[in-house]
Amino acid sequence: MTAEVLVQLREVVKEFPVQSRGAFGGRSERLQAVAGVSFELRRGETLGLVGESGCGKSTLARCVVRLLEPSAGQVLFDGHDISTASHAELGPYRRRMQMIFQDPYGSLNPRRRVGSIIGDPFAIHGVGLAGERRRKVQDLMALVGLNPEHYNRFPADFSGGQRQRIGIARAIALRPELIVCDEPVSALDVSIQAQILNLLDELQGELGLTYLFISHDLSVVRHVSDRVAVMYLGRIAEIAPSEALYERARHPYTRALLSAVPVFDPDEGRAHASVLLTGDPPSPLDPPRGCRFHPRCPRAQARCAAEEPQLIPRAGDGPEHTTACHFPLADGETMSTGAAPGVTP
Amino acid sequence: MNAVPPIRSRGPWELAFERLRRDRAAIASAITILVALVVALTAPLLAQLTGHSPIAQFTETGLSPTGIPVGPGREFWLGTDGLGRDVLVRIAYGTRISLLVGVLASGLAVLIGAVVGIAAGWHGGAVDTVLSRFMDVVLSLPFLVLALALAALVGPGLGVSIFLIAFFSWASVGRIVRAEARAIREREYVQAARAIGAGSARIMFVEMLPVVSATVIVYATLLIPSSIAFEATLSFLGLGVPPPTPTWGNMLTDAMAYYKVAWWLLLFPAAALLSITYAFNVLGDSVRDALDPRHDQTIGAGRGGAA
Repeated sequence: MTAEVLVQLREVVKEFPVQSRGAFGGRSERLQAVAGVSFELRRGETLGLVGESGCGKSTLARCVVRLLEPSAGQVLFDGHDISTASHAELGPYRRRMQMIFQDPYGSLNPRRRVGSIIGDPFAIHGVGLAGERRRKVQDLMALVGLNPEHYNRFPADFSGGQRQRIGIARAIALRPELIVCDEPVSALDVSIQAQILNLLDELQGELGLTYLFISHDLSVVRHVSDRVAVMYLGRIAEIAPSEALYERARHPYTRALLSAVPVFDPDEGRAHASVLLTGDPPSPLDPPRGCRFHPRCPRAQARCAAEEPQLIPRAGDGPEHTTACHFPLADGETMSTGAAPGVTP
Repeated sequence: MNAVPPIRSRGPWELAFERLRRDRAAIASAITILVALVVALTAPLLAQLTGHSPIAQFTETGLSPTGIPVGPGREFWLGTDGLGRDVLVRIAYGTRISLLVGVLASGLAVLIGAVVGIAAGWHGGAVDTVLSRFMDVVLSLPFLVLALALAALVGPGLGVSIFLIAFFSWASVGRIVRAEARAIREREYVQAARAIGAGSARIMFVEMLPVVSATVIVYATLLIPSSIAFEATLSFLGLGVPPPTPTWGNMLTDAMAYYKVAWWLLLFPAAALLSITYAFNVLGDSVRDALDPRHDQTIGAGRGGAA
């Protein structure tokens, strides 16, 4: 099952200059929001990207669709490096990749009618005649479950879930291949979340979409993703097919995230005890040396502070399941034991 | 067939207009402005009706034997000035100048301010720095001194007045629009427009302009009274529209020589000036309240501030 690669990220880095203002001029520091991320997105799949707030997942998403220009590394879309392309060069690629935003209130211009918002992609890329566009927009509205008669309304007339449908209609207008969903349901009620997730699922089948699905909610990601990547402080900690990640998480951070998901059915049982992470993630302005997770990791050893682990298959996993950890968890192992097996401190 | 009637949505503009209609102060000031507009438009009619051209000097009937202006009466409803001209007709003609200058100058100022402000706010960086410093410079110029010098240099006139007023007014609009545009730039709908492939021009005029337009309209309404007052100041100092064309400002200048014996020369043009600037200020405040009901602070020239 080697599907065609649609997007490939190679050591993508995104830094932001940060001015710290002092009395005598500020010092200029660099915040590394994304610190060398490589993975690939295959045509037709959904890759979930999870991590705590501030881990750089939204920044990474914006680098993929080139709302931000990566500071280093490459983003290959269908084999073409778009990481440094100009506005004009990006034009054709903009049609092929789109984004759905987190905030259904912030992502729609409150002063414009939804018909004109959804019609934007046609207007910008000169698709169809003006008369034709209205029909196209109404078709899109019907496709995402909106009443096409509401063409003339303003965003304020819609609920959060309906607004997210408007955002989705705009994103699929030009029939893109890739859609980056940046926390598309985290601002919605739980009952509405399911509707939107189902809509995204239907559209994927109908239009053959590829999703990069970003969320901090592991249960949502599990529901929608074929593969899941776990991000911590600007780097990928673990990436694996959904099933494998949820059943056999290797990285202590992944395990900790999973144990933080509430269990609704106590009889379901789980292989691992609850793992509590202590402290906040370190500042990305001054990331820890070695493994970025080691100051918070219950299994950390001296090596973890000295040497950064590679993202490679561990503990007998196949090439699909890679983990960046020197002391990965074995199948069924719980984290409460503290030290890694076979290693003397 | 059971045809569904087209569903019409009441947009933010419509809702604002609804609120404005229920605001009694807004209605009163709108009526005042409307009256002024009618007076301005029908000034020639008034001249015909009274038989008094605005620049005709009635030395026989309009001045007392000793050369003193005559007060309000049946022949001259609001009296005459020092040259025996009809004050009423002159005020009516002055309304034309005041409204024309007020609307054109503030329109021009708002246009420049909006474009410069949006450009500075959207582009940021060096463009923003250059434009913002330029606005700071314009705002720090001693406008009366400079206006006097410039008007003296190119000679007084209607066009010069409009240009001068616009030049000294746009920067305050520009600064506010810039601040708003900077905030809008970070909004997700602008990101979304970029993700679709919108260029700078489209983002500035399709995404940003409708959002800042509420601010722009409020400012335009509040700039009109200050432009009218500005024009009156220039005219008063002899740098506006040159005599004998009547303006409220140069009528007040004329009044300075006679006001001890002819109070009507001072009172009526001053009352006209006060009522129209006050009406525009009140309307501006109401428009702002209508466009943004949450905002309840007074910005710029407040209700009764500049009037």
